[in-house]
Amino acid sequence: MRQTLRSAFKRTTPQLLILAVVLLLNFLVFPDFFSIKFQHGRLFGNLIDVLNRGAPTALLCIGMTLVIATRGIDLSVGAVMAIAGAVAASLVVDGHGWGTALIGALAVGCLCGLWNGVLVAVLRIQPIVATLVLMVAGRGIAQLITEGTILTFVNPGLIQLGAGTVVGIPTPILIWLALGLAVTAVVRRTALGMLIEAIGINEGSSRLAGINSRVLLVCVYLISGFCAALAGVIVAADIKGADANNAGLWLELDAILAVVIGGNSLLGGRFSIIASLLGALIIQSVNSVILLSGMPPEFNLVIKALIIIAILVIQSPTVKHALYIIRASAQPIVPPETPKELKESTQ
Amino acid sequence: MKLKALLIASVMALAPAASMAGNMTVGFSQIGSESGWRAAETTVTKQEAENRGINLKFADAQQKQENQIKAIRSFIAQGVDAILLAPVVATGWDEVLEEAKDAEIPVLLLDRTVDAPKDLYMTAVTSDLVHEGNVAGQWLVDAMNGKPCNIVELQGTTGSSPAIDRKKGFAEAIAGHDNLKIIRSQTGDFTRSQGKVVMESFLKAEDGGKNICALYAHNDDMAVGAIQAIKEAGLKPGEDIKIVAIDSVPDMHLAIAHGEANATIELTPNMAGPAFDALEAYLKDGTVPPKWIQTESRLYTAKDDNMAIYEKKKNLGY
Amino acid sequence: MAEDMRPVLHCTGISKFFPGAIALDEVELELYPGEVHALLGENGAGKSTLIKCLTGAYRRDGGTIRLDGEEIAPQSTQASQDLGIGTVYQEVNLLPNLTVAENLFLGRQPMRRGFISPRRMRDMARETLSEFGLSINPDEPLSAYSVAVQQVVAIARAVALSGKVLILDEPTASLDHDEVELLFSVIRKLKDRGLAIVFITHFLDQVFAISDRATVLRNGRVVGTRLLGETSQTEIVTMMLGRQLESRIHDRAPAEAGKTLLQLCDFGRRGMIDPFDLDVREGEVVGLAGLLGSGRTETANLIFGAVQADQGTVLLRDRKIGLGNPRAAIAHRFGLCPEDRKTDGIVGDLSVRENIILALQARQGWFRPLQRAKVNELVEAYIKALDIRLASPDMPIRLLSGDNQQKALLARWLATNPDFLILDEPTRGIDVGAHAEIIALIEKLRENGMALLVASSELEELVAYSTRVIVLRDRRHVRELRGKEITTANIVRAIADETVEEPA
Repeated sequence: MRQTLRSAFKRTTPQLLILAVVLLLNFLVFPDFFSIKFQHGRLFGNLIDVLNRGAPTALLCIGMTLVIATRGIDLSVGAVMAIAGAVAASLVVDGHGWGTALIGALAVGCLCGLWNGVLVAVLRIQPIVATLVLMVAGRGIAQLITEGTILTFVNPGLIQLGAGTVVGIPTPILIWLALGLAVTAVVRRTALGMLIEAIGINEGSSRLAGINSRVLLVCVYLISGFCAALAGVIVAADIKGADANNAGLWLELDAILAVVIGGNSLLGGRFSIIASLLGALIIQSVNSVILLSGMPPEFNLVIKALIIIAILVIQSPTVKHALYIIRASAQPIVPPETPKELKESTQ
Repeated sequence: MKLKALLIASVMALAPAASMAGNMTVGFSQIGSESGWRAAETTVTKQEAENRGINLKFADAQQKQENQIKAIRSFIAQGVDAILLAPVVATGWDEVLEEAKDAEIPVLLLDRTVDAPKDLYMTAVTSDLVHEGNVAGQWLVDAMNGKPCNIVELQGTTGSSPAIDRKKGFAEAIAGHDNLKIIRSQTGDFTRSQGKVVMESFLKAEDGGKNICALYAHNDDMAVGAIQAIKEAGLKPGEDIKIVAIDSVPDMHLAIAHGEANATIELTPNMAGPAFDALEAYLKDGTVPPKWIQTESRLYTAKDDNMAIYEKKKNLGY
Repeated sequence: MAEDMRPVLHCTGISKFFPGAIALDEVELELYPGEVHALLGENGAGKSTLIKCLTGAYRRDGGTIRLDGEEIAPQSTQASQDLGIGTVYQEVNLLPNLTVAENLFLGRQPMRRGFISPRRMRDMARETLSEFGLSINPDEPLSAYSVAVQQVVAIARAVALSGKVLILDEPTASLDHDEVELLFSVIRKLKDRGLAIVFITHFLDQVFAISDRATVLRNGRVVGTRLLGETSQTEIVTMMLGRQLESRIHDRAPAEAGKTLLQLCDFGRRGMIDPFDLDVREGEVVGLAGLLGSGRTETANLIFGAVQADQGTVLLRDRKIGLGNPRAAIAHRFGLCPEDRKTDGIVGDLSVRENIILALQARQGWFRPLQRAKVNELVEAYIKALDIRLASPDMPIRLLSGDNQQKALLARWLATNPDFLILDEPTRGIDVGAHAEIIALIEKLRENGMALLVASSELEELVAYSTRVIVLRDRRHVRELRGKEITTANIVRAIADETVEEPA
């Protein structure tokens, strides 16, 4: 267990460093950045905002990480958010309880994921094309559900999910942390993670090794749909209304970016959900810098692009290799004669 | 219909053939339904046509110019009496407008104008975005009455013409009033959720909101989102922070009725009414309307019966 | 090789580290003008890494390279070429669509009044080629000529550009006997002109035919350099393997009649392989022989369910089963080591450990993970039993050499404790030592009662371990050889559709 923690820490070191730097940047533009107060029954502060506002991207990138690990991509998550929000809102507006609304929205999200999964795994349509279908059509479906309006609601239970707090902590933070840990635990405590990675690295070999790639592929798209639905409910609950036109708009790109910043390859294979979640927090921290800096909004995208490019350059193989060389030349290399495990077992 | 007063009557030597408004057919090429306001515009246009006994042919272009051009061509082929066009972009209309002109079908532009020779369309019914910002600014000038006030501004989508013009109009109105100062201005992308997110950061950055006296939002949706952020920060929207925005969507009226917002300026979804008026006048006695019909930018405050407006507007499709 | 001659190229202390592994450890190499120097070693010994360090394709992590006494540090293959070190690879890296002349002079075309002069280029090309003993039309596209000719053009270009050191990386791998002779005559000419030539190959006969000296690498270290006139093939092989080569071919034990495990009846797939009948017994190795494309791999894939059969029945221990996909086959305790290890076998970025347990874990299902302790035990046992050489079981399998990858794949299937193991070309691209080990392993598995089906293009190998050999031709099973019928000569005859010689 301690060893897994250590390797997880090693894997996420670049993301932790980048996050620290971006948070420091926040501190420089706004010295009060790290102060957290408890007022009006909730934690109040910029750090809390980063965690809270990062929730939709964080939730999306949990599912997206798994999808990308299989060498796929899910462009439909933004649209699925809109659908799920619309379903939840219309259910409570029709007088159902918030529990029904939540379950209904999540079920619809899973259904969307299932659709994507079947297109990819059974019909063998390229993921980018398969999920593009729902990306385009999904927002239309959401508009049909809300009839083109912002469907507002007052159900306190549902609102609690997006705008409420539990012991002073905004609910969305708890939701994404819980789901992130739960999914990480499931993929790493079972063999699911390894099998997903195997499919992403070499699907042909995996199939010949007896892995049921079809079922696993459907599974990851289903999880992605579930995550998107949860994000959609939170976003709708946050503004007490389902905005089919804008909910989750372009958020699929932020989710993909979070996965990439998390050091996961778009070519599939090895993945780390924790690193992706850190990626989501990095993106939200960048947004925070922009908002706190007080720069005119014309600079928003330029600043964001510059910071993101800097992050990606630092993570690029060339720069990484250079850093590795620098580190390696600083300390003599010990020939790896006996594997660690063997040594331990002989003691 | 005060707008009729805006119409400048001029007598045409050439009187058109008598055409009864009662059995007139008009084609309407709508952009799509990208916003609540757009949906309301569609609803109101259909209502206006029905009230006047006009047979309206409606075509939704789903944000695509080629769909609009197709729709206009099919209207021409069907020989409609007039065409209403809410253009999705400003350029590229010359050819199809020529075709309409050749077929002697008048084209009336709704909500936006086009970059085409003025003789290719009869008139354009639009609001004046700068004027809207101006009204909002003037309201705040009057409400503050010389007291110092720090304003935060939620801009529309960066680079969009409503964002540019509404910012400009507001700035013009408060210019020269040294008590009013915009301390933070950031885009909220015209959406509720971004309005809330950006307001949250304004509140944090300005001493928990104690430093903010008023909010000006380029549309009501952002204001509605910001109201929630203000409430969550433990402040009273409408009292601790004055709120003025533009569009007059139902939820904003509800907020004003609850004392959580102070003023909104109407961007009327009824662009078709003045257009039909101009069309009927022209067909009746050849009155040529002006090239630009400006809709009224009406100010609503707590003095109005906001609940009644809310009830009336909520079924328009906002 | 006079003692007082100065080396044209002198490398000392060349080291190269990869994450978790030392690829080259203080390697020294001297090249004299006018010598052909063979660079030998098993796969993974460090030959190609050394070449890449010399040519600047890799940045070395230590050591110096002196060219004509001056220290050099090429940053790219281009830079090393400009310094005088030319390289020709097994796969010719010229442009097949351009003409021979254009390929020779690409980037340095003879100019005339600011324009390329095709006539002068043609003349110069003809002259250059004739120096190499080639009389071909320089205006023909390069692709019109055989690989050997292309190889010589590549050499001509490299020599013209560089002219001090020429590195030939497995140039003869895809050449026939006459073509090798053509190439060797070119090499001899260049040698006479005073070039230093590095020759890398797997064929020991060729090494002794053309080279003056040989340097042998093993595990990234230099084992020794020998004058070939003063050594023997056995010594060189021993240096490469680090031990005396055991007798490579065991005597075939007589086929014991075990119980029938698998019966295939009228089994086949249209357009892939004609329907065939096949019985496999426990404790039996059935060999599949045939030319490339004769249907060996197709037979293996069909039985494993990698491709679905469209007719026939399958009985496993007299019970009818379906083989719709590999999962079904694995559930019935089948295993398949595919022909193409890289694309169908290994999962490159996963660790060796994960690769070994992959099939077992897939059979158990994802929600029943193998216990970590059990995994370690299993992996360690197989690494030891199969002598898989690696720095750590946690390293990605793609970093292993080909033989060790193959052994890890064997471990993957052995870990599932199969009743029936299909091996498709188990020794392809594998060095001599590992080759013998794998053959021994097949023998052992058979003795333990496993049923095996082995497809191979190495006839001696098939003869060594098969209890029966099925010969395929044109996607048909044409002949079955049993017992003493199994000889290379008989297999060749069966492939060539001649009568098989009855055993005396």
